[in-house]
Amino acid sequence: MREPFDPNEATNRKIHKFNLGLDRAVVRPAGKGYVAIIPDDIETAVGRFAFNLSIPSAVVNNVLQGNMRGAIQDTARFVVNTTVGLGGIFDPATEMNMPKGTDADFGQTLYVWGVPEGPYIELPVLGPATHRRAVGKVVDVFTNPITYLLEAPLSYLGTATALAARLGDRGRYAKTIDSILYESADGYAQARSLYYQNRRFKLGNGTNDAYSDPYSDPYNDPDGVLIYE
Amino acid sequence: MSKFTRRRVLYTGFSTLALASLPISAFALTKERARALIDQVVSDINKVIKSGKPLNSMIADFERIFATYADVNIIARSTLGPDARRATNAQINAYTKAFRGYISRKYGKRFNEFVGGRIEVDSVQKVKSWYEVKSTVYLKGQAPFEVKFLVSDRSGKDLFFDMVIEGISLRLSERTEIGSMLDKRNGNIDALIADLRKMG
Repeated sequence: MREPFDPNEATNRKIHKFNLGLDRAVVRPAGKGYVAIIPDDIETAVGRFAFNLSIPSAVVNNVLQGNMRGAIQDTARFVVNTTVGLGGIFDPATEMNMPKGTDADFGQTLYVWGVPEGPYIELPVLGPATHRRAVGKVVDVFTNPITYLLEAPLSYLGTATALAARLGDRGRYAKTIDSILYESADGYAQARSLYYQNRRFKLGNGTNDAYSDPYSDPYNDPDGVLIYE
Repeated sequence: MSKFTRRRVLYTGFSTLALASLPISAFALTKERARALIDQVVSDINKVIKSGKPLNSMIADFERIFATYADVNIIARSTLGPDARRATNAQINAYTKAFRGYISRKYGKRFNEFVGGRIEVDSVQKVKSWYEVKSTVYLKGQAPFEVKFLVSDRSGKDLFFDMVIEGISLRLSERTEIGSMLDKRNGNIDALIADLRKMG
């Protein structure tokens, strides 16, 4: 049976506790306030705008990964939504049935390059990651060409709207997130499991082949069946 | 040789018997049949969403759908993990029943958020020994997201044994949850069953 590789669990649990405190005191109320005050249409527009601004960074990562198809599709989406979609406030690309954005990140690029995943880590504020993903997050801050094309304070627009979009998500999915963090028997373990499952899905570009057959050995521990690298 | 204990011989005998008594159709799960099952599940769920009934009766409807189209036995057993080995048959049965209610309440109460939305079946694909039926959930004011149903006929009937939302498996997530609950109760399966009946 293989467990998630979490040698620093004790420290991670302390950070988890800190993050919970932060969530309870700031993020959760702010998220709930955000969705209560801001009209739904504006919220959606902010989310789209932030995502659109993140696309150039995904294009860079697609190129680094040798995924030219993804790079071209993302570029097309960015061009359409930036022009016809008035700077990304609207999403005509989806209405035209263009492929979803790849949302490629540098952690994924490191995965494609064969860098090992490393242990699990819960980051203060940012939440669950692996060491590889954590390095990727730092690099992601610098790989968005947009930030170099615009001058301050415009160059912060992407970060600011991305934060607003995350607050919006915290408010909109409040029930789901609350049930994971506060109603689970062990919120830390549950968040870790969800992180790994969703990350596998993303790294596999929407496929997750990591589940084995419960019928061949129903008594096997499915946690061990999910393949941790 | 200890390998040929009475129990092992009995087991082998039984499983051969069980295998022989499976209906022929059990060996013929096809793309079409996997899709037909999930079409039915999705149409039933869409009906519940549209019905606008009060939450409690939505939960009851969801439990009926879950009991009819899902392999609750295998899902429940695999969420217990290795602990299922030390459970008695009576415990497994009681656990399966309590688990079914718990899942129905936990996920059924979220049906409120589905009002005005719909699910559409997209495609079917064979994966390992089962079929993966892909569907998309469209909810008001939200980006559509993917839900996969994993369908197998290994129980003797066409049933789904997992629901995977954007890579997150119900079975694996509940395995973590049940494992933590069991740890909190010092591994006491009866205490887990009793609490599960009230939870969700």
